[in-house]
Amino acid sequence: MKLLRLPRQALADWLAALGRDAEVFGPKATAEGPALASLAPGETPDEAPGPPKAPLKTFFFPQPETLAVFSTRRDDPEAHVLRPPRLEAGRRVVLAGVRPCDARSVVLNALPFAGDPYFQARCGATVLIGAACAETCGTCFCRWTGGDPLGTEGLDLLLHPADGGDLLVEVLTAKGEGAAPEAGRPAAAADAEGLAARREASRRAAGRAPDPRPPLAAVDLLALHGAPFWGRVAEPCLNCGACTFLCPTCYCFDIQDETLRGRGRRIRYWDSCMFPLFTRHASGHNPRGAKFQRVRNRFLHKFRYFPDRYGPFSCVGCGRCIRECPVGIDVREVLREMLAFAGRGA
Amino acid sequence: MPDLAGQIRAAARELLAAGEVAAVLGFAPGPLPMTTRPFAARTPAEADRLTWNGFCVMNPANLLPEILAAVEPPRGPKDPPPEGPLPKVAVVATGCWSRNIVVQIQEGRVRRERLVILGIPSRGMIDRRKVLRRVGGREIRRVEEGAHELRVEGPGLHETIPRWEVVRDNCRTCVHPTPVVYDRLLAEPVERTGVDRYAQVAEIEAMTPEDRWAWFRREIAPCLRCYACRNVCPLCYCPTCFVDDSRPQWVGKSLDPADTALFHLLRAYHCAGRCTDCGACESACPMGIRLRLLTKKLEKDVLELFGTEAGLDPGAPLPLAAFRPDDPDEFLTAGPGGGAGPEGPPPREEEPA
Ligand code: SF4
Ligand code: SF4
Ligand code: SF4
Ligand code: SF4
Ligand code: SF4
Repeated sequence: MKLLRLPRQALADWLAALGRDAEVFGPKATAEGPALASLAPGETPDEAPGPPKAPLKTFFFPQPETLAVFSTRRDDPEAHVLRPPRLEAGRRVVLAGVRPCDARSVVLNALPFAGDPYFQARCGATVLIGAACAETCGTCFCRWTGGDPLGTEGLDLLLHPADGGDLLVEVLTAKGEGAAPEAGRPAAAADAEGLAARREASRRAAGRAPDPRPPLAAVDLLALHGAPFWGRVAEPCLNCGACTFLCPTCYCFDIQDETLRGRGRRIRYWDSCMFPLFTRHASGHNPRGAKFQRVRNRFLHKFRYFPDRYGPFSCVGCGRCIRECPVGIDVREVLREMLAFAGRGA
Repeated sequence: MPDLAGQIRAAARELLAAGEVAAVLGFAPGPLPMTTRPFAARTPAEADRLTWNGFCVMNPANLLPEILAAVEPPRGPKDPPPEGPLPKVAVVATGCWSRNIVVQIQEGRVRRERLVILGIPSRGMIDRRKVLRRVGGREIRRVEEGAHELRVEGPGLHETIPRWEVVRDNCRTCVHPTPVVYDRLLAEPVERTGVDRYAQVAEIEAMTPEDRWAWFRREIAPCLRCYACRNVCPLCYCPTCFVDDSRPQWVGKSLDPADTALFHLLRAYHCAGRCTDCGACESACPMGIRLRLLTKKLEKDVLELFGTEAGLDPGAPLPLAAFRPDDPDEFLTAGPGGGAGPEGPPPREEEPA
């Protein structure tokens, strides 16, 4: 790993240089807080604490994504033959100012999408430049879910504020090496030591709250599934998709064919476990027909089914769902409820 | 300013302790400043969690049928309803919420005799996005609501904001702030006069059709199709919504602009003559889309064409579900290009006797 020191005023030039053969996106200040947007040459990412409103998944798992194209013309001998879509060949993307929680969401989603060529192609064409969090928001709980405000998972480069108004640039991957700023000079040993000390302090802070994963992995799944609190948790829920659509780690989708004037495309679009159609069978039966069953699924998927299968939680603690739920449902409270149930020895 | 939270708690404790109601539907504090959570207290002790403030923006009428069903004695899907009266539920209701309850009574969703309505004359609820814009999107950790101002605090942030400036658009133009039905009124009735109810709509009506279309496309462009607006609305209760239907499928499910536009237009039309401009849909939208402007336009049209407003009288027929011989019909009789313009129906010619 390499550590560079970059004068802050060189940041805009660096991003502009990267923008010569890629599209650059990052959080931009708006009247209501940072929002992900395209950055024009000369623009730098907004530094307000916390993640921007939109989840990063829109870049890797767009809504919708064309999986295949076909013809429906009757005179076409190849009608209804699926062909690969015209890929946005050469579309390279630089995501700058990415919060560590969001970068981690890409790593987590890559677990179920390990064999997905579309997701993988987009990952391959993207350079992720992180911005370490000097401040956290009241809704940030990344440490509790296995992340860190100074975390590097999923990032190619990570920027830290340094003394004298400079930036420290951690070069984390080969891709990051290729995109590293030319104006960056090797950082001093003291810089590296300072950074290591900050990381250590952050790790100690994480240690103060016990890791919720082992107790939740140990609790009997059927008991947790039948726990009495789900009805109470679900009562105010609207079963809308706001929490899942804004969540960077929700990745459920459905597939449909859309046809228009002799041309068709097979698309994949975001779906949500909150929607009744999500689990409805062709017979009309819905195994998750009641609201509380759908709400329960959202949390059990994040905190039990996904870790059972892949290890980590499917939640990076970004707090978006807490900020935007219209009825004030707080994932942290539900996690505590699940832990309390596990702790009672159920 | 009366201590409404205290009065709601006291009324709830009393009703629950006396066994008059099985639940009291109101609000509990939410996880963040400027958020609340709908909450049904079922014991006198739980009544202490009820709260009241300017951030109670969800419409509790939405949850009312569900809570009423939840407090009924359990029975199988084919069992007959039990003999005797079913348990009652108390619900807090401002002007617009009480009108939604009236619409629910008109539409057979709830029965008046199972409700105890705790009426709350409304001072207007707060738009948390307006507050956020006032502080430039900075993080807010604490909000204190006074009679006429909000004190907002966050990291490096101390601001006092005049309350009325951040009240929601629908509340600022509301002409029925006092509940139209209630069993107890928890504060003095409020009257609001001299507001221009349709100023926002008139602005859009004044545009050319092209500009209007562009405005509409721009307004709905950030829509995620999360359906929070639909699900929070007490009028949206079809067992299968047209956007969820898959056999046949009426609307595409991705973010195609035509599909998003179709969703918004049809949702609005389904609320015509029923919407009370409670603003819950707009408050719920995570993207800040001003979707009540569509239903507000329909409210104006229904008032001009049929002379009625939603939810003022439980005994009245619903304007779009009833026929009167003098219903406006220019769109039928005037032929192509005729019909009611934005100014309402043209004056009728006298029929020869
Ligand atoms: S959750 Fe953690 S990583 Fe994400 S913005 Fe907050 S502090 Fe940063
Ligand atoms: S938790 Fe909140 S955002 Fe999620 S479905 Fe329920 S009401 Fe909607
Ligand atoms: S569940 Fe909530 S906190 Fe966790 S990753 Fe999703 S949006 Fe963020
Ligand atoms: S459409 Fe919106 S404003 Fe009208 S009743 Fe429904 S939630 Fe309220
Ligand atoms: S709540 Fe907002 S984002 Fe969600 S469907 Fe409605 S308008 Fe679209």
